[in-house]
Amino acid sequence: MTARVVEVSNLVFGYDKRDKEQTLTDINFSVNKGEWVAVIGHNGSGKSTLAKLLVGLLEMDDGSISIAGINLNDNTKWEVRRHIGLVFQNPENQFVGTTVQDDVAFGLENINMPYEEMNNRVEEALKMVDLSELRFHDPSRLSGGQKQRVALAGILALRPSVLVLDEALVMLDPGSRRELLLTLKQLNKSSDMTIISITHDMDEAAEADRILLLEAGRLVDSGKPSDVFSKHQQLEPPFSEALRRMLKRQKNTVPDTYMTEEELVNWLCKSHLKM
Amino acid sequence: MNKLILGRFFPGESILHQMDPRAKLLAGVYFILVLFVANNWQSYGLLWIFTLVVMYLSGVKFSVYIRGVRPLIWLILFTVTLQILFTSGGKIYLDVGPITVSNFGIISGIYIFCRFVMIIFISTVVTLTTKPIDLTDGINALLKPLKRLKIPVDEISLMLSISLRFIPNLLDETQKVMDAQRARGTEFGEGNLLRQMKTLVPIFLPLFASSLNRAEDMANGMETRGYQSGEKRSTFRQLAWKRKDTLCIGTMIILTFGLIVLRTGGFIH
Repeated sequence: MTARVVEVSNLVFGYDKRDKEQTLTDINFSVNKGEWVAVIGHNGSGKSTLAKLLVGLLEMDDGSISIAGINLNDNTKWEVRRHIGLVFQNPENQFVGTTVQDDVAFGLENINMPYEEMNNRVEEALKMVDLSELRFHDPSRLSGGQKQRVALAGILALRPSVLVLDEALVMLDPGSRRELLLTLKQLNKSSDMTIISITHDMDEAAEADRILLLEAGRLVDSGKPSDVFSKHQQLEPPFSEALRRMLKRQKNTVPDTYMTEEELVNWLCKSHLKM
Repeated sequence: MNKLILGRFFPGESILHQMDPRAKLLAGVYFILVLFVANNWQSYGLLWIFTLVVMYLSGVKFSVYIRGVRPLIWLILFTVTLQILFTSGGKIYLDVGPITVSNFGIISGIYIFCRFVMIIFISTVVTLTTKPIDLTDGINALLKPLKRLKIPVDEISLMLSISLRFIPNLLDETQKVMDAQRARGTEFGEGNLLRQMKTLVPIFLPLFASSLNRAEDMANGMETRGYQSGEKRSTFRQLAWKRKDTLCIGTMIILTFGLIVLRTGGFIH
């Protein structure tokens, strides 16, 4: 069995301590090293709160979180943050530097890394997100996709073992979203980086190894995209599944089970479907 | 907003642009101090030659510097007028009660005018040829000794550089809010002063709100990237002291000697 890099048990959190209603109630899950997990759920289901709890921006009321074997608490949160990085939805408000490379270096400056090593790391991170040519540019003057790349590079330079994306791809146009997703996929495969992607884009979620479904602060289900999407019909399905269901209504020969995009394409080619 | 020259940066390749911000800052501050050594037309002449040569070296058009002086011209003239009216001595041209116009007064008025203008010119040269971020780095480096006195120099310079970096965002946002208000029929710059001030309220409120949100995002972003105030940090932007910079300091020393030689003892001659 592969190592568990994230372990969350009995996590409870509420913003307003006077309130009986908690934002997150009794969350239990773990993520293996190199796994890609998507967290989905409606607005207000506690997805972003979970992200902030994972990096210690919010303090949990009860339960425990352990990242790369370190138990997260107020004393260890700085150490934990060297293992887990969080990319936010809006990169614009997080730029510290006035050039791309300055901003990428910010996290490294914080851990007091010597200049030579810092320079290498910045170069490496910029190469990973394909931004080497723009290193002297002002990040706030870049396009949305490029901005999010800069933010990502700023985290990647720290070489975290876990990357949390909090709706990081939502604001991007479809083109740059696909590109960035591809970059992330490669990182996930090649360097065994664990990715926890919080999203309400079902197509993005369908690409994940596993889906965690949150509803009103509770973890309702966890499983492979195919299982989750077939079991919870109320969820807006990813494109391939939506298409399958539509075809199913038209013609009965369409298979009854969830299909990934690839499976659906293969089936369509073989079926000589005539409508 | 666009008319303000002091504090702006003009991209360029001149020798002054390539200099270390620390050298420029030191030389700039030193120049303001050494100005007060001059006390006759010869020494002021030397200072003017120095100022004009430096301005020429910056590669920025002369008219830009004149525009830099313009917002302060009334303050300068006011001071000069006071100096002329209330200094006595030498040949007196006019004497009405406490007001005396004398040749001493006129001369010292001219000197004060020169001092003001040269201070503005030289500090404009420094800001025009130095990127704001380099300027904050320079200030940070020069204030380092204050750390011994427990003054949070690094924090202050980070604050400075983050504020600088948010200026364009805030300007953009102001524009957006103003456009949004215009679309709802607000007219800016119309009516009496009270009405004009009233139209500013719906601009400032959303700006404040969004600035607070930005600040929170920023703090979250900085914290997740491991920023802890008071913790030792390394710096990615490196300052390099070059031959040019030593040369610049050398020039300042020569200027000082020149002024000491040219100045005359006594007050005004």
